[in-house]
Amino acid sequence: MHVVTDNLGFLLGGLLVTLELTVLGFVGALLLGTVLAVFRVSPVAPLRWVGAVYVEVLRNMPLLTLLILVVFGLPDIGITFSLFTSAALCMAGFGAAFVCEAVRGGINAVSVGQAEAARSLGFTFTQSLRYVILPPAFRTMVQPLVNIFIGVVLGSSLASAVGVSELTNRTQVLNLQSAEAVVLFLVSGAIYLAIALLGGAAGGALERRVSGGRAR
Amino acid sequence: MTAAATRVLFDEPGPRGRARIRIATVVGLLLVAGLVALALYQFYKNGQLGRSRWLAFAQPAYLGFLAEGIRGTIIATVLAAVLSFPLGVVLALGRLSRNGVLRRVSTWYIELFRSIPLLLLIYAFLLALPRYGINLPILWKLVVPIVLVNVAVLAEIFRAGILVVDQGQSEAAAALGLREGQAMRSVILPQAVRLVVPTLVTQLVALLKDSTLGYVVSYPELMKQAQNLTVYTHLLVQTYLIVAGIYVVVNLLLSRFAVWLERRVGSRTSSRATRGQAAEPEGVPQTMA
Repeated sequence: MHVVTDNLGFLLGGLLVTLELTVLGFVGALLLGTVLAVFRVSPVAPLRWVGAVYVEVLRNMPLLTLLILVVFGLPDIGITFSLFTSAALCMAGFGAAFVCEAVRGGINAVSVGQAEAARSLGFTFTQSLRYVILPPAFRTMVQPLVNIFIGVVLGSSLASAVGVSELTNRTQVLNLQSAEAVVLFLVSGAIYLAIALLGGAAGGALERRVSGGRAR
Repeated sequence: MTAAATRVLFDEPGPRGRARIRIATVVGLLLVAGLVALALYQFYKNGQLGRSRWLAFAQPAYLGFLAEGIRGTIIATVLAAVLSFPLGVVLALGRLSRNGVLRRVSTWYIELFRSIPLLLLIYAFLLALPRYGINLPILWKLVVPIVLVNVAVLAEIFRAGILVVDQGQSEAAAALGLREGQAMRSVILPQAVRLVVPTLVTQLVALLKDSTLGYVVSYPELMKQAQNLTVYTHLLVQTYLIVAGIYVVVNLLLSRFAVWLERRVGSRTSSRATRGQAAEPEGVPQTMA
């Protein structure tokens, strides 16, 4: 255990970077993904195409390929960000493709009749969105969004392959300096497990709240 | 799909709405064209559009180098699939078993390996385990962790498949005098596997993405070969854009194939069973690696 207690600060610093990447990546993915979903369902054709192309390309590209393109490729065309910013942008951009599909799936799950009924009753666009469409849509979205959150947590480890000094990266660095390799990996694994379980539990609680006690 | 969501949110537009949509379409097209032009200008300004920088990839030597990488990617992906699919079935049966210990161990395994990053596991096989005398060949340092992680995901897929097979099937098997194991083997599993085939194809996409981590263990799959190529040529953006294009095209084809299969399976099996499958949002893999 010495290697863990002696380097506690170093490891916790790595955990902090992982959490920063996760939060920035997930929040960014939520925002961008919602915008993309709006694009994909809009009546304006070019916006729909942009959304569709974005989702298909990003969902089918390995995250590592995206990271390497952004971190090492962008400077070649004269666009430079710091390493951490590049990684956070990748997490957000990558997650957004999945968020977009989750949001779209949620809206699709609302029956057309309910939305039409709301409009016949004279609800404005915002009102029907707020009171009729979003509540059931959100219930369908919670589980996929939780999966995306866990995906972002696990995906953030790939940033270590391009040199971001987060938890996985620091584990591997410490491993080279110490003889207690297995302990290190067990501790890091346990931390990731804890984050994923906490995320899942929070998602479950959220799901129970939005479903308002209804069995789904 | 798009049409359905649009109908949820908007009524059929009237004449004024249609005019507005037309204007927005023109503005949208101009914006998209502007963005593409801006991107191309960035490439041009930094001298990345030069003919030689792209035509280089028409040379047999370059193509051969990337083809070697594709071969490595296929070997790693196929090997991982061949090993993890049957193991996934076994783990799913473990989780559904009546034996409490077996069930608990399987559940723990699944929860654990769905929650730790593949890269951490790969580092463990690459850097930590060799010190304890476990030093696998490079290919296996990539494939074994991929299999360990994906078995957990696959077990959940197979379990879902087994659970949606109609209860009546196992009752019928029992009525015919089949023992539980026999019923599972010759009645339930064949139907369950057929139901989840589309999801398995989607999972191939995930495996293919996982194989890019060969970059970390220096196994010569497509990503690693691309990196090796850039060391000699310095054609960084070009190489990685081409490689990204290859991944996107292959994965897109696989995803489309999965959707096609799903429609076929859906039309051929009992509707109750397929509802549960079709409701599964397509292409939301657990590991986004």
